[in-house]
Amino acid sequence: MNKARHNPLNMVAMHGALILYTLIALFPVFVILINSFKSRRAIFREPLALPNADSFSMIGYETVMKQGDFFLYFQNSMIVTVASLSFILLFGAMAAYALSEYQFKGNLIMGLYLALGIMIPIRIGTVAILEMMVATGLVNSLWALILVYTAQGLPLAVFILSEFMRQVSDDLKNAGRIDGLSEYTIFFRLVLPLVRPAMATVAVFNMIPIWNDLWFPLILAPAEETKTLTLGSQVFIGQFVTDWNAVLSALSMAILPVLVLYVIFSRQLIRGITSGAVK
Amino acid sequence: MTALTLNNVNKSFGNVHVLKDITLEVEEGEFVVFVGPSGCGKSTLLRVIAGLEDASSGEINIGGQQVNLVPPSKRGIAMVFQSYALYPHLSVRGNMTLALKQEKQPKSEIEGRVAKASRMLNLEPYLDRYPSELSGGQRQRVAIGRAIVREPKLFLFDEPLSNLDAALRMNTRIEIANLHRALDASMIYVTHDQTEAMTLADKIVVLRDGRVEQIGSPMELYNNPANQFVAGFLGSPSMNFLPEALIQESGQNTIGIRPEDLFLSDDGPLAARVSHVEKLGGDTNVIAKVQDHDVTARLFGQHAIAEGQELRFGYASEKAYRFNEAGQRLA
Ligand SMILES: Nc1ncnc2c1ncn2[C@@H]1O[C@H](COP(=O)(O)OP(=O)(O)OP(=O)(O)O)[C@@H](O)[C@H]1O
Ligand SMILES: [Mg+2]
Repeated sequence: MNKARHNPLNMVAMHGALILYTLIALFPVFVILINSFKSRRAIFREPLALPNADSFSMIGYETVMKQGDFFLYFQNSMIVTVASLSFILLFGAMAAYALSEYQFKGNLIMGLYLALGIMIPIRIGTVAILEMMVATGLVNSLWALILVYTAQGLPLAVFILSEFMRQVSDDLKNAGRIDGLSEYTIFFRLVLPLVRPAMATVAVFNMIPIWNDLWFPLILAPAEETKTLTLGSQVFIGQFVTDWNAVLSALSMAILPVLVLYVIFSRQLIRGITSGAVK
Repeated sequence: MTALTLNNVNKSFGNVHVLKDITLEVEEGEFVVFVGPSGCGKSTLLRVIAGLEDASSGEINIGGQQVNLVPPSKRGIAMVFQSYALYPHLSVRGNMTLALKQEKQPKSEIEGRVAKASRMLNLEPYLDRYPSELSGGQRQRVAIGRAIVREPKLFLFDEPLSNLDAALRMNTRIEIANLHRALDASMIYVTHDQTEAMTLADKIVVLRDGRVEQIGSPMELYNNPANQFVAGFLGSPSMNFLPEALIQESGQNTIGIRPEDLFLSDDGPLAARVSHVEKLGGDTNVIAKVQDHDVTARLFGQHAIAEGQELRFGYASEKAYRFNEAGQRLA
């Protein structure tokens, strides 16, 4: 089995394929980044050229900084994403644990009901959600977004996490019970660390759609003080004129935090592998 | 005082009836082994005693106190699992001290107990390692150490040696026997390895299909099995069973003869054709066919017997066991 890995030809082919894929995936990001540092004329004349002394310009970033309260948008996006992710992970993991660990009446039905949400896009309910938010007075608050995103992320989180939690050794949980740990301690101290890779997966899957979403910020929280980054960047895209410098600069800055969060989670993904837990 | 009393304990999962009317006693300081074939309910019984599963009916007393409704951590027991079940994020020391910290024992007490247990199990060099940095045998010792520091009234072991290789298994078996002597605690030990059962037990409980077949000391069960199942389960190689009709013209009963009770004899009643010979040096195991029944004979010393050879076996009639059609022992 290991032979294939040690064969130099296979190694080259494998790395070649991976490098090629990385290049293809990073190319659009690269184009956005280089063009965000160029003048408008240079963007259109030579979109693939690197910025040089002639074409270099920070005009895009200047526009972004001047127009609107970019840092506020940024902060809003960050709050919404981090809060939604925390809620999805916390409630998703707790629900998954209950479903996988305890036998109670309606366990299966409850599991199916929660999983149903995976198949029904939440946007179908936009009108009802808007009515609810108006009724509760949450329109134009970040809470509106956080609640909606949490609801949107929970079904898949519960589904994935309960599958992983079923695989956590019963003996380990039982050892904890005999040692006098409470069910909460068993959940937080024994089970959660062991399903960390699954948690990271769920986090990554949920993070990017939330960060990039335009739909719900536009409908539920379009006020100036609750605008998210994606919504805020839309001011530069007009029906007739689009300020490409500004759009590209805004995008470049929007990529950064996602990248940082992703790096954090993906390290967890790799590190969380549990060796020597049992056996 | 008895360490553990079970009274008509039953356990069902849905409509699967796993434990049926289990009644038994474990005396203070006794080493009791549960044996039985796979799936007979040994682990389930242990989990019911530990309180990890609720009994469907019946009464469980530990140290004279009824514990049916007492949570596992308050039952005065400690359990060692087959899969070790060490906490992966805690060091060896952390694994051993967690329960004591939960009980809010004073620090000096905790340190004393850990020092004592790790000395007993030769774990001192590993106290600051994590479970993933230990070998299988070391992990097993940590699991045992985690049980010892709690100083329980009753130890529960669920096949603790089944993940170890043969040599380590023997060493650990001896270690557990020494531990029992040193701690003078009551222990319940589940295994389906009959060598472990015979060598460790003060008392063996033979289970089949969730029922107690027989309870007694190893030699009692060996010399005086109540039925064909117990007779066949204990002893290695296991007892030979032959229909009575093969030997005395007629009869519906089964005759049971232990392999070591068969001997070569030119006018013996069993004419056999050798199908396989195992030469172990000290012993020779002869597997032969008597008509179409396999018979194993364990002969002391070395014998020049070849496959295909025709032999006659004899046995002392007082060494033969008789069982009726239902498998019950006849006097
Ligand atoms: N949670 C459960 N739900 C339903 N049936 C179960 C459950 N746990 C155990 N059983 C059944 O109970 C029976 C006894 O299981 P148990 O694990 O006690 O066997 P065992 O004697 O320990 O076997 P082994 O020697 O293989 O460990 C088995 O038939 C098993 O299928
Ligand atoms: Mg078992």
